[in-house]
Amino acid sequence: MSNSSIEYIKKELSPKVRTVGSALFVAGLIVVVLGYVTDPVRSAYNNIVGLTFLISVGVGSLFLFALEYVAGAVWSTPFRRVTEFLAANIYLIPLLAIPLLLNVNSIFHWTHPEPADKTMLNKAPYLNVTFFVIRVVLFWLIWLCFYFFISRNSVKQDTSHDQSLTKLNIKLSTIFVPLFAITISFAAIDWLMSLSPKWFSTIFGVYYFSGTVLAALAAGTIFIVLLNEKGYFVKGLSGDHYYSLGALLFAFTNFWAYIAFSQYLLIWYANLPEETTWFIVRWQGSWKIISIGLVFVHFLIPYFGLLSQPSKMNPKRLLWMSGWILFAHYYDLYWMTMPNFGKDGIVLGWIELGFPLLIAGLIMLVFDFKAKSQNLVPIGDPKLKRGIDFRL
Amino acid sequence: MMSGKILYSYTGIFDTPDQIMHAAEKAVETGYTKYDVNTPYPLHGMDKAMKLKPSKLGYVALVFGLSGTLATLLTIWWMSAIDYPIVIGGKPLFSFPAYVPIIFEVTVLSAAIMTVVSMLFFFFKLPNNSHPLHGTEYMKKVSADKYGISIQADDPKFNEAAVKKFLESVHASEIIPIYWDEEEISHKNKILEPKFIMFLIVVAVITSGVTYFSFNKLMYMVPFDWMMNQPKLSAQQQSPIFADGFGMRQPVAGTIARGSMVYQFKGQPDLAGVKLVNPIPISKESLALGQVKFDIYCSPCHGYNADGVSRLRGQFPNPPSLHSDKVRNWSDGRIFAVVTEGQNTMPSYASQLSFDERWAVINYLRALQRALNAKESDVQ
Repeated sequence: MSNSSIEYIKKELSPKVRTVGSALFVAGLIVVVLGYVTDPVRSAYNNIVGLTFLISVGVGSLFLFALEYVAGAVWSTPFRRVTEFLAANIYLIPLLAIPLLLNVNSIFHWTHPEPADKTMLNKAPYLNVTFFVIRVVLFWLIWLCFYFFISRNSVKQDTSHDQSLTKLNIKLSTIFVPLFAITISFAAIDWLMSLSPKWFSTIFGVYYFSGTVLAALAAGTIFIVLLNEKGYFVKGLSGDHYYSLGALLFAFTNFWAYIAFSQYLLIWYANLPEETTWFIVRWQGSWKIISIGLVFVHFLIPYFGLLSQPSKMNPKRLLWMSGWILFAHYYDLYWMTMPNFGKDGIVLGWIELGFPLLIAGLIMLVFDFKAKSQNLVPIGDPKLKRGIDFRL
Repeated sequence: MMSGKILYSYTGIFDTPDQIMHAAEKAVETGYTKYDVNTPYPLHGMDKAMKLKPSKLGYVALVFGLSGTLATLLTIWWMSAIDYPIVIGGKPLFSFPAYVPIIFEVTVLSAAIMTVVSMLFFFFKLPNNSHPLHGTEYMKKVSADKYGISIQADDPKFNEAAVKKFLESVHASEIIPIYWDEEEISHKNKILEPKFIMFLIVVAVITSGVTYFSFNKLMYMVPFDWMMNQPKLSAQQQSPIFADGFGMRQPVAGTIARGSMVYQFKGQPDLAGVKLVNPIPISKESLALGQVKFDIYCSPCHGYNADGVSRLRGQFPNPPSLHSDKVRNWSDGRIFAVVTEGQNTMPSYASQLSFDERWAVINYLRALQRALNAKESDVQ
């Protein structure tokens, strides 16, 4: 199919993106450094929340990017570059992972098990510092590798208009998707679940996966709606494209609730001490408010916010709900991580502000950097025309 | 135009989707409200051109879905926490997480069923299974390769000449008037015919009669409740056999049940202390029995060593030690009076301990007292 009828003139992003991004980044960096100076352990826990959030947005976007090729989707092709740009955040994972690897002894109890603790000794072949570092590096390399090649092919197509590049990307994506399933599950187990190393949950990887996709979708939707309303893409993208984004957000909100409740229900029913500990910690003191709040923040508000058909098509509503879902994912990660630090009650202060600011700044800067050198629309993609003409 | 025929609508036929889209837009502009567009396949953007409001069907799903949620929640709450409370798996009677899957299922089920039902009967007006457009030349064309618009005669702006002119102005290739079917006008709803209603009643009576007869008469079995309904009197039951109506009887006047005794010193503990003599000699068996009974009935308050150190200490008026001079100097009969009648906060233990057991407990208590205040001769 020829794309010659499509008119796309590249528009430069407003310099505001870079200014705001830099401001957020610098402010976040100052708070994070001050936090590490005053309270390194608490900052390290916040660092885990920040790192897993960045993985969610970066690796989750790469998954959506690959999914388009695997599923042969056309509706998302016109704004696929947004997910590509967001996936570039994979480059930044070491930036947040290295401070944690340096502090590994102060946050992960499994690094120094008691000699008489049989459970921990049995887990030692998996949970030891050497293997942990190997996994962190290995997973990062896998993500980076696939991002690099899939994205390079996609960019190459802009000039060469070579259809065989799409075929090559389909092959690469087909290999990546199962690898993504494995790596994201083990990353969730390593970074989040091993904070309470004696706890058992067989669904935890899926739980984090549902949040990952949701966060990536929400971050993508924010950029897509903002840019499309200002005409950065080609003409003709509107209601039906928005509706598809909204429907995916809605579907994954439900998926998250389904998985979260499945995990809770089985643990609540069986009532086994080695499983219930995790929820008991999150039910003590003021953590109870955060736990109950999670149901509203992460499920009920987005659910009713995106329930009706017009709300999925209204750009303003979509923008608000995407922002809210991003917040909800951060809230979810905070809820998973921070009770391991403050067992008595909510830990919330200026230190907790650092990483959200830092990451928001980073994501904006990476997006701005990528948008400078690349087209915002994959003009060489053979599916583009069909994507623009997509109607429900 | 034939007389007696009633006009239903004027229809115009078009050859291209662009024309029908344009016609629909013009119809809205002209102000027609009761009109419809028929196309062989769904045309994108038609609802926008016709300025149709979004379907109300979603609200039906929402309302019935939420009613399903609420009804199920209330039903399960009433059944398992109010009407038939049974503790299952050590969970609270009202344990919400266990209900969520059921509530979810019923929500989906009631929303789905009621959406389909209301779609058929309310939005499609189901008992009405015919339409004036059915079987017309117009319908044949628009379901093959043409596009049509039908402007109804009951539209407030309808005017034969004006509608014809309108259809010509939007370049309809054909203009066909559609009339109500004679049969359909004079058609009466068969559901309301007396014959049909009688038929329904007869079927209902026969079905319920046969069901009742076969289940309650032919297949009737006596319930297996023989063990529950025995011809004997339970405690607290009434009985017509006795003049006072009580099922439970008093002993015959002037008799004493085997193994029991009459206590003659009610309200006179001091007299009992003087007159009652311990009839049970101290023996290994007596002390063992006394220990068992003391540990069961006395130790919760007085403690295993009779020193008043027990679980109840601090939660209650502190129970006294039994090693005081007062108790040690009491005669066996005086202690017997306290065990039998109680004293201060202590209740009577007459119904828990028989006469012999009470004496055995006193023998064991003496042993405990002696253990704490041993004489020099005991050591030798």
